[in-house]
Amino acid sequence: MIGRTMSARTINFTLNGEAVSTTIEPHRNLVELLQRFDLFGARESCGQGLCGCCTVLVDGKAVSGCLYFAVWVDGKSVTTVEHFDGHGTLSNVQQAFIECGAFQCGFCTPGFVMMAHQLLKENSDPSEDDIRHYFSGNLCRCAAYPEIVEAVRRAAKAT
Amino acid sequence: MNQVGRDIPRLEVRAKVTGRADYTHNLRLPGMLYGKVFRATVPHGRIRSIDTQAARELPGVYRVVTGEDIRKLIPEPYYGPAFHDQPILALDKVRYVGEPVAAVLAGDPHVAELAVQLILAEYDELPAVYDEVAAMQPDTLVHDVLRPAGTFADLKHLQGRKGTNVALDYHLRRGDADKAFAAADRVIEHTFKTQQCLHLPFEPHVAIAEPGDDRLTIYTSNQTPSFVRIEIARLFGWPENHVRVKVPYLGGGYGSKVYVKLEALVAALAMLVRRPVKIALTMEEQFYMITKHPTTFRIKSGVDKEGRLVARSCAVYWNGGAYADIGPRVTQKSGFTAAGPYDIDNVSIDSYALYTNRTPAGALRGFGVPQLVWAYESHTDLIARELGVDPVEFRRKNLLRDGRPQASGTVLQDAAIGEVLDALAVRIGWNKPFDRGSGTLRRGRGIAIGFKASISPTTSVAVVNVSADGSVYLYKSTVDMGQGSDTAFAQIVGEVLDVKAEDVRVVAPDTDITPYDMGTLGSRSLFHMGTAVRLAAEDARAKLRALATEAGLPQGTNYPPAEIFKKRYGMQAGNVIGTASYVPNYKPPDPQTGLSDNVTPFWMVGGAAAEVEVDTETGHVRILRLVNAADCGKPINPGVARTQLSGAAIMQLGFTMSEAMHLDGGQITNASLADYKIPGIGDIPPMENELVAAEQHSGPFGAKGLGESGTFGVSPAIANAIHDAVGVRITELPITAEAVLRALRVKAGQPLDDE
Repeated sequence: MIGRTMSARTINFTLNGEAVSTTIEPHRNLVELLQRFDLFGARESCGQGLCGCCTVLVDGKAVSGCLYFAVWVDGKSVTTVEHFDGHGTLSNVQQAFIECGAFQCGFCTPGFVMMAHQLLKENSDPSEDDIRHYFSGNLCRCAAYPEIVEAVRRAAKAT
Repeated sequence: MNQVGRDIPRLEVRAKVTGRADYTHNLRLPGMLYGKVFRATVPHGRIRSIDTQAARELPGVYRVVTGEDIRKLIPEPYYGPAFHDQPILALDKVRYVGEPVAAVLAGDPHVAELAVQLILAEYDELPAVYDEVAAMQPDTLVHDVLRPAGTFADLKHLQGRKGTNVALDYHLRRGDADKAFAAADRVIEHTFKTQQCLHLPFEPHVAIAEPGDDRLTIYTSNQTPSFVRIEIARLFGWPENHVRVKVPYLGGGYGSKVYVKLEALVAALAMLVRRPVKIALTMEEQFYMITKHPTTFRIKSGVDKEGRLVARSCAVYWNGGAYADIGPRVTQKSGFTAAGPYDIDNVSIDSYALYTNRTPAGALRGFGVPQLVWAYESHTDLIARELGVDPVEFRRKNLLRDGRPQASGTVLQDAAIGEVLDALAVRIGWNKPFDRGSGTLRRGRGIAIGFKASISPTTSVAVVNVSADGSVYLYKSTVDMGQGSDTAFAQIVGEVLDVKAEDVRVVAPDTDITPYDMGTLGSRSLFHMGTAVRLAAEDARAKLRALATEAGLPQGTNYPPAEIFKKRYGMQAGNVIGTASYVPNYKPPDPQTGLSDNVTPFWMVGGAAAEVEVDTETGHVRILRLVNAADCGKPINPGVARTQLSGAAIMQLGFTMSEAMHLDGGQITNASLADYKIPGIGDIPPMENELVAAEQHSGPFGAKGLGESGTFGVSPAIANAIHDAVGVRITELPITAEAVLRALRVKAGQPLDDE
């Protein structure tokens, strides 16, 4: 049970291109792990893998950080939103989100940005249906959806 | 360069797209404990016992706290903006399922969560009341005695009132409605209902309290930092300056984070254990925090032979849940406009705020107005249909226009109601033929408009600071939760001081630094604080000119501020501080008639038009087009304004089509995003958004608030379109496929078996 038999495990993984190592208890999720590295862009909101606010890439695949145990990243490569401006410049997706006003409160935005990168990697010229399909697991309570669709299209053109 | 009217991105865009924006959610302090809340499992009951022993004994648990522990620290631990009725943790009684009863503190939130499950409470259950109309009868009393806060003078007469669930009743009498009904050609009456739903910001409520000696710093995701400071200071009996409230960006608010929410609890816990305490709600727990009022609205209209509305009576019952929160204000403020934007000489309005055994209800994007527009615009459409008149023409004929008194007696000014209606009609192509569908897929169109009185009288104070190099700071306690207020204020400052908006440093709310603001709510920020900001910038400009004179610079020349400072102080040194406050005029309604010739400093106007397709076999409604229009005066930032209109409309689309909290024996059965359906990207219909050309002459550079206007017309526009398509009327939200199918079957004389 938590608090009694927590046995932390040592894990080694690549975080935004850098090899890192830490010890973590098996019940903690990936969002908690990232917070230990002062990365707050992946956010636990619904806690059920429905809202997409915690989206990160593990070995290039998008996962919900709230449902993904931290220890599972052992030996893998993790990419978070903080990776995209690592060199001081924004990605095409981030730039397009700004130009289209594709967010309001910004809490869900990193999840949308991650998913948009994933979409454009797999489909460089997505239709509106493709975009809607890809973002079926990302919710935005401020409802900037029309602007998000526009931003992804703009990013596709710029990519 | 003109700053007002520029379509610039929000100031904080880079921080938001990189995931680096500052939210309370991110903050951790040294030595911080995490709190988790143990909640009531019965809707109404006297607390017999709370057994915390097993929780206390769990390794890693630091402390378990109950209401009685808090009472030792704060003798009267009740809070609330209108009534001091809400205990920090339940005392003596619980009044809804999910009410906080105890809190566990631990260094690890998982440990605290587990310990919560080890607490046992026993209650002597009492009968419960859930329905707002049933609560009018004093059979089951949620509170033994009413406890108005005293903040509002017009609530003082309620002090000590017993034997009722009516927290506040507001009555308006204009002309003689009874006489006019008797003389009317036709009298038409309907009842409409709305459901309990909620805000669900994606950053769930979160607050941290850091204690000092008779001092507290509170970091919180809250829309009203100034109020939190005053209310926490009151609870502890401290001067205001012993409480510091800091608010970074909010991950959504929509009215859920106004007044005190988690702040009193973290403050009390932190003072008990003398360590920083953080409580972050889960998505599920937000269902037990604050919701939107369910309502029952009985509306009756009298029409003369020429098709003019001659009388309207409105009885509105607001289901406020277990604690009043700001419900009494919703009841009164929205009460002013319950009869709709029509020119009617004889009006009676009765509006009741009721206690029930549900999660408390407060303000949600519209302050009650969306519930009212749902009723009066559905009703207005039905009247037009009964008279055989085109619904838009019927509205035009009866529309309230500038210069005419509204039901409260306040004369309409700068309210582009006619323009919004026209814009909707033009965009949807109201007078043009369209494909009405065939077979089992039928199409129809609907239109609806609404208006709202703003919040008054409320105070906003702003400070503009010009540094020695001419760079500018703005200090204000308005909270930017995504609506873009920081950016709009920077544009206003930039316009006055001739600097680029992007170069204005807007300081985040911190009550030790930023001056008072009543709160970020009711679409008041741009008008109220925006005016204070404009005046403060003008004050700074005047002081700069005075400084130039003092420095011996010839008058009538525009020196760059840096030169003025250098000349005056001999080096790069000094500041100029401009300050201003703004409080609009207000006349409280007459206690007898409910009338006042000045209920609001400005009117908000919004509406929607919809084209829908109804599947008559399943009841499924597909929205083919949604047109939104609003009057925001002259927008400060048109791009941001349009996204506010669009976002508000989509939020209301959720409240219209799918969102509803389901209650079973007082227990919410769908408290998660899996079971409570909010709009996703696949639910967004083709939309058009229009800000009509207008000007609010009393507003900053002609602008006024917009955050709520997009919600007004959506629900009735869709119900009216469904009626147009298939001839059935939905009178209760949400408009699910099941509701439509049931109505279709009733109309066909083949009701479903369980009807």
